[in-house]
This record gives sequence, structure tokens and C-alpha cells, in this order.
Amino acid sequence: MVFGYWDLGGVKMDLILEGIKKAFWLLITFDPEVMGITLLSLQVSGTATLVSLLIGISVGTAVALSKFPGRRIVISLINTGMGLPPVVVGLFVTIFLWRNGPLGFFRILYTPTAMIIAQTVIAAPIVMGITLVAIQQLPPKLRLQILALGATRLQMVWILIKEAKLPLLAAVMAGFGGVISEVGASIMVGGNIKGYSRVLTTATVMETSRGNFDIAIALGIILLLMAYFINLILTQIQQRERSR
Amino acid sequence: MKINRWIILWGIVFLIFISLMTPVHAQQKTIILATTTSTQDSGLLDLLLPIFEKKTDYFVKTIAVGSGQAMTMGQKGEADVLLVHSPAAEKKFISEGYGMNRRLVMHNDYIIVGPSEDPAKIKGLKSSSESFKKIASAKALFLSRGDNSGTNAKEKDIWKAAGINPEGEKWYQQTGLGMGQTLNVAAEKKGYTLADRGTYLALKKNLGLDILVEGDAILLNIYHVIEVNPAKWPKVNAAGARAFADFMVSKETQEIIKTFGVEKFGSPLFFPDAGKKEEELGK
Repeated sequence: MVFGYWDLGGVKMDLILEGIKKAFWLLITFDPEVMGITLLSLQVSGTATLVSLLIGISVGTAVALSKFPGRRIVISLINTGMGLPPVVVGLFVTIFLWRNGPLGFFRILYTPTAMIIAQTVIAAPIVMGITLVAIQQLPPKLRLQILALGATRLQMVWILIKEAKLPLLAAVMAGFGGVISEVGASIMVGGNIKGYSRVLTTATVMETSRGNFDIAIALGIILLLMAYFINLILTQIQQRERSR
Repeated sequence: MKINRWIILWGIVFLIFISLMTPVHAQQKTIILATTTSTQDSGLLDLLLPIFEKKTDYFVKTIAVGSGQAMTMGQKGEADVLLVHSPAAEKKFISEGYGMNRRLVMHNDYIIVGPSEDPAKIKGLKSSSESFKKIASAKALFLSRGDNSGTNAKEKDIWKAAGINPEGEKWYQQTGLGMGQTLNVAAEKKGYTLADRGTYLALKKNLGLDILVEGDAILLNIYHVIEVNPAKWPKVNAAGARAFADFMVSKETQEIIKTFGVEKFGSPLFFPDAGKKEEELGK
């Protein structure tokens, strides 16, 4: 097949087509470097999302269900956290993890672990903020009804979480989406080291600055595909009708 | 049905965790190499590092930033060894006691590139400072990296030699980006810029900028390897740094550097110089 060169008002169509061809080729041949980068992206962002789920849902639910002085301030802080610039998070995490810094003895700067930490800091407030309103949204009398039916506090919290399944899964997808696409903090704390801390986003930046646009576009396409499939599964879980 | 889906999900989670059990590299066997984006983008390190790692069993973490940031990392003891190309800053780094064993590794050269229309008419000029003077008087668009990299330092040297301060002028724009991206910006905006030959060659196909000035002695781009001084920062992996530096100036490595890039670009990207004196270069 021959792809022609079209110049659509300045946009070089052949470059994008080259990228699509490259993406197809890399996937079909299971190119080891690309497979490794993709797997690492999934591992790092997946772990970060899971940890931020644990932190986010527990803190979000706790704040939603309790009353304490300064609650409004805490909620505004969480909401601000949802918009935390990832690059700033990366900068602060780097400073903490420097060899000669406060947490330097862990020696985890320029490792995937550091990337997971930075991504968790970015995703956790997002999950917290959405969980908060998801729980607050529930009918106010529901809590009492569940308790009246003989549930323990823990069972009640679990039932509330299940009731809020729709927005909570949106929180998971928002958290995952935020970190799978993150690049600034990942480069800073991970170092984009070949075969070790290089993920799809950081590799895309590098290939772009090297002028390898076809590879960069291919990596971008692979990232989008991966994100789509993850969200497909999560959406299935979210939209499944409750058996009554 | 409900149970099956949950099992699958938790199964995936479990697998993700298990597969993250990557082997932890022992601290003494890890070297943090701070180098420049141009060295990494050229692909030279991708070729040399596996050879080094196989030979010595060290794990090299290459952090590619500008020369300025690389030296700051050295000053803070956050890197073990530097491979940089900013001679004046390097000399200051050594004299302030942060680095030691500064050894010449290789060189290539910078070129002044710009649009084929060449509004400032600098094509073929022998002197880079003359070219910069003409760009300034024509008020032609010039893109600077503006990031304290080795390239940026060289560019500032040329402006100084030309007796011009371009800061604040409308036609002088600073991208703060790496070489590849700055070249792309220059190509898009049809402006002039200073680039290292290696990155230019790598991007030439899609770029649309021409080489206008080359060969001036000041355009020499010289790379040194510097070990960070463990006396200032005890946590530095001095043995690893020494091993890497020795490797870079070794005969075998210098041979590899000599032929690197010839296949792909027709001419080598770097010229090996270990053991020579800096003054001899370019003669």
C-alpha cells in the first residue's frame, strides 16, 4: 500500500500515517523495548492508582461521614489537591528523595518506586475529592436505615460505598487517567532510564526531542489504546446493573 | 457471573504486584551519570553503556539534563560522574573543588543553522561572531535554548565575542527546551539557531533548516568526563565514577566513538580525543 503525502493546511498527514503504521508494527512484532515500556507504565500507574484508591476512598469516606472543627478547610484542601500541578509534585518529591535530602537514605530517587510515590501523591487527592462528594450525595436517611437494620459501622460504610459505585468508579478512572498520562514528575523522579524507569509518556517526550516523530506518535497511540482497554473494563464494572 | 469478574480483576492486581518485584540493585553497584541531552539524543550512550555494564557489572543511571543542571547535581553530590560540554563552567566546577580528574573524551562541532531564505545573509561566512552581528543588525529571528546548557553557554560566548547583548530584544527568543525541540521551533518559525552537528543531522530529514556557518574555531564542542569529589560528598560512588571515566577514555571505547554515526549519517557524530590537550583540537 502506498500512502501519499497530503498537506492539510500545514498538518503533515504522512507523519501521522507513519506513526500509525509504526504503532501497528511495534505491536504486531511484540517489540521487546516497547512491550517493556508499556508493561512498566501499567505497573507504575496501576500501583499508584491502587494505593491512592486505598488512601483516597478511606479518607474521603471518613471526611464525608464525620463532623469536626475545620472540616470545611480540610475539604477545600482536598479540592485544591485535585488540581495539584504534577510538575510541582515531582519537584518536591525529588527534593525529599535526594541522596543528601531528608529521605535520601532510602536511595529511591531515579527508581520506579519514586515514580509510584509521586503518582500516588498526584492521584490520591483526586480520588479523595470525588469520593467525598460521592458519599455526601447519598440520601441522608440511608445511613440510619442501614444501622436500623442491624448493620455494624463497618458494614454500613461498605454498603454506602457500594451504593456510590457510579461516582466512585469515576474517581478510580479519573485517578488512573491522571497518572497514566503524567510526564513531568515521572521524568524528574524516575530519570527516564532505558529499561528501568522509562514509561510510555517519558519515552514519547524523548523520541520527540530526538526528532523520531513516527516513534513518538506510535507510543502515543499505544498509550491511548492501553488506557482505553483499562477504562473499558472499569466502565463495565461501573455500568453493570445491580441484581435486585 | 459477578464472582468471576471480581476474581479476574483481583487476579490482574495480584499479577501487577508480583511483576513489580524487580531485582533491587545494590547501592555500591549503581552509578548516577549526569550528562547532557545532546549526548543521550545522539544514541552514543545507548551503544556504550551496555558494553560498560556487561564488563563491570555496574548499573548506570543516566540522567540527561543540560550541562548546567548536570554540574549543579554534581555540586549537590546527587551525581557520581559527569559527561558534559561546557568548558568554562567545568573549570569553575573543578576549581571550587566539586570535581576531579577532568579528562577530555571527544569533540564535535556546532553549526549556525537557519532558513534557506537567509534574511541576515550569513551563509558561507567564516566567522560566527560576524554572523551573529549580522543577525542582530538585521533583527532576524534567533532562537536560543536559554537553559544554561553547554550549547547555551557556547552561544553566549559568541554573542560576547560579537560585542552584542541580545537579552530583551524582540527578535531574540529563548525556548528553555532541549536541542531537538529548539531546532523544531526554529524550523517552524523560520529563525536562526546554534545547534550541535549531531542533533541537527539526526533531525535534518524533517527539519527544513540549512547549515549556514561552520568551521569557526570557537564552534568546537568539547566533551569532558568529570568525577564528583567524594571528599565533599561521602555518599558519592567514587569507585564507580572512576570506573566509568576510565572506560570513556579507554582505547576500545575511543575506537567505537570514532565510527559512531558513519553508517547512518555518512560522517561520524563525534571525534575521539582522549589523551590530547584541549589546545590541539581543531588544528
